[in-house]
Amino acid sequence: MTNNLRFKTSKFIDETYRVSFKFNNKTYFGFKGDTLASALLANGIHLVGRSFKYHRPRGIMTSGSEEPNAIIQLHDNSSRTEPNVRATEVEIYEGLVASSQNCWPSVNFDIGGINNLLSPILPAGFYYKTFMWPASFWEKYEYFIRKSAGLGKSPKVADPDIYEHKYIHCDVLVIGAGISGIMAAKMAAKNGFKTLLVDEKSYLGGSSIYDNSEFSKINNQITSSWLEKEINEISKIENLEIKTRTSVAAFHGYNFLLARENLTDHLPINQRENKVRQRLLKIRAKKVITATGSIERPLIFDNNDRPGILLSSAIKKYIDLYGVACGENNILFTNNDTAYETAMSLIQRGIKINAIIDNREQIDSKISYEVEKNNIKIYKGYSIVDTYGYRRINKISIMKLSKDGQTVIGDKTKLNCDCLGVSGGWTPAVHLFTQSGGKLKFREEDQVFIPNFYPSDQISIGSCNGDFGLEEIIKNTLSSIKKFLDIDNSEYKTVETISGLNQSKRNIWLLPSDKSIGKTKSFVDYQNDATAKDIKLALREGFRSIEHVKRYTTTGMGTDQGKLGNMHALGIISETAGTKMGEHGTTTFRPPYTPLTFGTIVGRNVGEFFDIFRRTPIHDWHVANNAEFENVGQWKRAWYYPKDNENMHQAVQRESKAARDSAGILDASTLGKIDIQGTDASEFLNRVYTNAWSKLAVGKCRYGLMLNEDGMVYDDGVTTRLGENHYIMTTTTGGAANVLGKLEDYLQTEWPELDVYLSSVTDHYATISVCGPNSKKIVSKVIPNLDLSDEKFPHMSFKNAKIENIKCRVMRISFTGEHSYEINIQANFGKSVWEKCMEAGKDFNITPYGTETMHLLRAEKGFIIVGQDTDATLTPIDLQMDWIVSKKKYDFIGKRSLYRSDTIREDRKQLVGLLTENPDEVLEEGAQIVADIKKSPIEMLGHVTSSYYSPNLKKSIALGVVKGGKNMLGQKLIIPMENKNINVTVADPVFLDKEGEKLNAKL
Amino acid sequence: MFLINCPFCGEREQSEFKAGGEAHIVRPKQPTELSDDEWAEYLFMRKNIKGIQFERWNHVHGCRKWFNMVRDTSNDQIKAVYKMGEKPPVK
Ligand SMILES: [Zn+2]
Repeated sequence: MTNNLRFKTSKFIDETYRVSFKFNNKTYFGFKGDTLASALLANGIHLVGRSFKYHRPRGIMTSGSEEPNAIIQLHDNSSRTEPNVRATEVEIYEGLVASSQNCWPSVNFDIGGINNLLSPILPAGFYYKTFMWPASFWEKYEYFIRKSAGLGKSPKVADPDIYEHKYIHCDVLVIGAGISGIMAAKMAAKNGFKTLLVDEKSYLGGSSIYDNSEFSKINNQITSSWLEKEINEISKIENLEIKTRTSVAAFHGYNFLLARENLTDHLPINQRENKVRQRLLKIRAKKVITATGSIERPLIFDNNDRPGILLSSAIKKYIDLYGVACGENNILFTNNDTAYETAMSLIQRGIKINAIIDNREQIDSKISYEVEKNNIKIYKGYSIVDTYGYRRINKISIMKLSKDGQTVIGDKTKLNCDCLGVSGGWTPAVHLFTQSGGKLKFREEDQVFIPNFYPSDQISIGSCNGDFGLEEIIKNTLSSIKKFLDIDNSEYKTVETISGLNQSKRNIWLLPSDKSIGKTKSFVDYQNDATAKDIKLALREGFRSIEHVKRYTTTGMGTDQGKLGNMHALGIISETAGTKMGEHGTTTFRPPYTPLTFGTIVGRNVGEFFDIFRRTPIHDWHVANNAEFENVGQWKRAWYYPKDNENMHQAVQRESKAARDSAGILDASTLGKIDIQGTDASEFLNRVYTNAWSKLAVGKCRYGLMLNEDGMVYDDGVTTRLGENHYIMTTTTGGAANVLGKLEDYLQTEWPELDVYLSSVTDHYATISVCGPNSKKIVSKVIPNLDLSDEKFPHMSFKNAKIENIKCRVMRISFTGEHSYEINIQANFGKSVWEKCMEAGKDFNITPYGTETMHLLRAEKGFIIVGQDTDATLTPIDLQMDWIVSKKKYDFIGKRSLYRSDTIREDRKQLVGLLTENPDEVLEEGAQIVADIKKSPIEMLGHVTSSYYSPNLKKSIALGVVKGGKNMLGQKLIIPMENKNINVTVADPVFLDKEGEKLNAKL
Repeated sequence: MFLINCPFCGEREQSEFKAGGEAHIVRPKQPTELSDDEWAEYLFMRKNIKGIQFERWNHVHGCRKWFNMVRDTSNDQIKAVYKMGEKPPVK
């Protein structure tokens, strides 16, 4: 059977190059040049999948990217597996393995096919309605639905292929290398425009390249021959770049487009090693010419989805381009002249056509007469009312259309066939145009939406602009490109065309049936199984906007975005609702035009490049000393340093005890550092911090709190006055970039009169913090020439110093409540100074500690961490930090908001300490805090923000925010957990050394 | 993605910029003298119109300068860019 389906006449197929491939575990052969679809058809295979909802058998329907049915899984269970691939777009190669998806256990016996019988209970909105029913109902369905539905399987192992991104800048981008795209590219390039021509196919020329008919000629040559010469000519133009296998995925504003260039998908797997598989092109074009062509419309009639039913133009392409006959007993069903071109292609090769069913009463074109001359029976004014055959169409029944096309009349005639070609006319491919923001208008004569308003410097030409006849296409392409590029048309002096087609059409969106609509399955969206009946039901249920109908019925929601059926959906809506086309809106086509792989989207940003991280200058030491790391913003920070087999809790207990008992060392290099200079620097700080800065002496440090204009705490840190007009500000690790941005904003926009300059110096310095009762002894060994006496170097002051000729800044500041020093040194010396500190601290059990211990130590002191204990809803007053808010300053950022009616409420959430009844019980951060668990509903008073077991206090401590917490000292509250209630007492947030004895102790 | 003509650097990709909300809202010189309502007007109330909108933008991955932009939000056309402190060149 398979032999007589292949006609050895096509120059696009290399018959000397046989290719074997597997489909559903069986081996087949095709030729180089075949797509998976053409090779399957040549083997007599139409049935390739099951539909999404009813699991009806589905066959190859089209020959391009609009394919709704033939979506397959490539290389299942391998690292190169890819779901949802259109068989019509896959070029076959040796070793290709493809399988049907959405069928279980096999495409020929599919258990989900039972849905087809259950269809009366699977109406439009089934999934929504199911979710609204009692949850128990869904649970029953879920297993069944999950197992039998779904679109393919995602890969389970890493993708072995390489992908990349590339920027392209050009004067003119031409999308689509059909006849008008080729002409446009030639005119642009020959006139000096740097031009890029892209086409999704592996060949140039679009559908005209296999138009060998005597009925369409250009300058007295067969269209395909004329076009071949053109292609040959443009391939030699210097400033024209041509990219095939390149599909434009997105057309954004300002002529920014994304395209996927496919480089290796057509090669045998063993030839793909070390090659880039796909490239994402980021194209910025001064001018864009869209020549994306048009997509043939199917016709909507009962059971219009059986395997063996294809678009008429697809049948033509399979025979003309691939030399493959889709069937041996063909019937064509049409409402326009396109099907007659297909008929001629079949006639030329002696392939049997049983009949042509034409909706039109009158057919008057040269090509139709020619077809009739070949003794093909044409049923004029007829329509198909039903089709038969489960896994492949074998019969149709037809009836005469009434004059108004609303009903069918007369007797029913049955006709045999194994292949049915349908043509409902053409829909301009305006997807990219609308993505760019273009607006459409509806053309009544032939019921198409065409481009109307262009939002950027672009133009649509050819059939995507609604020009369907050869003469129109060429004439309009020439005149509009001339105007668009403002050039003389010297490339094409005269172009004469002959066409045997006529543009008449009898458009009926939903063809009538002799059955009631409730008994029909006329598919509008093949992939998502949405029928005309579903759309009518949605309208009856009150949906009007196309976007609502679409979501409710899932029309156009598949991976093909309804490229075939969206127009019919609009047509049926407007007919049913009695409104004008376009009145309910047109659906929005969203990028990508065809699906992109994740590989293409991420390009080279994989593995360690997926999310770049920042390392401190001391990072390698932490790694060598067994640190576990924590992500803080982009930074990797040492989290804790487990010794032997310690877990995190054990390590943190050891580290924090050592820091208080003797000495601890912390890498604080990630803290944001902003260098502030200028004669108005002090005034500037006065305006951005809540406390006063004018009187801070040179050489002194001060803690500052920064608010948003709404009064909420934004960031905090210590700022040091290095000189008269020179400060260095530290910020939180995560807030550094935002703080700099905010300060720049105020300086540039609100206070441009201030003489202040800001520079980020975060990366310039390594910051090493040494704390604990022995810190002084250690630092004096590392910097022997620095006087560390309390008189010369008191708490909250700074000194310039030198470590072996290397300048450094030493601050005596503390985030732990211990006597401590912060050494800031040029980043590249960071590690060696750290090692010096470790060496000097050997005798004092100097213990490196990470962020977890730092958090614990500061929590013991009740110091907040912005972003952990605060969440942009807390003022300094809420944090019980009234002391840092200057009463004297006239203004600072956020001041006015501190006495808005909302911020002065007494019952705001306020920061408090929490002590558990059982001192060994550690609360969970984020746990809710309540007072009365019997009340219904339980009133949530707040939540736990920080919680630790303190080895120094030998009890559990926590911070939390509680409504009105400030006045609840000593009050009992409850933390309800999943299986118990934990009793807590509201306490002072400072748990350790409230008087600061440790800090001020004489060492 | 927009192409934005930074008044200091020239035409650059939108990805180099950060939008900063409505332009020409001046921070009150004497906030303490404002009523709650007046302060709230400054603090919270922003226009969100379909059509011509005046916006602040920051060339955050470039010169770090703030500037103003006139943009038609209905079609994302940028009508003008101008420096801080300058009057909008279009209405
Ligand atoms: Zn700039």
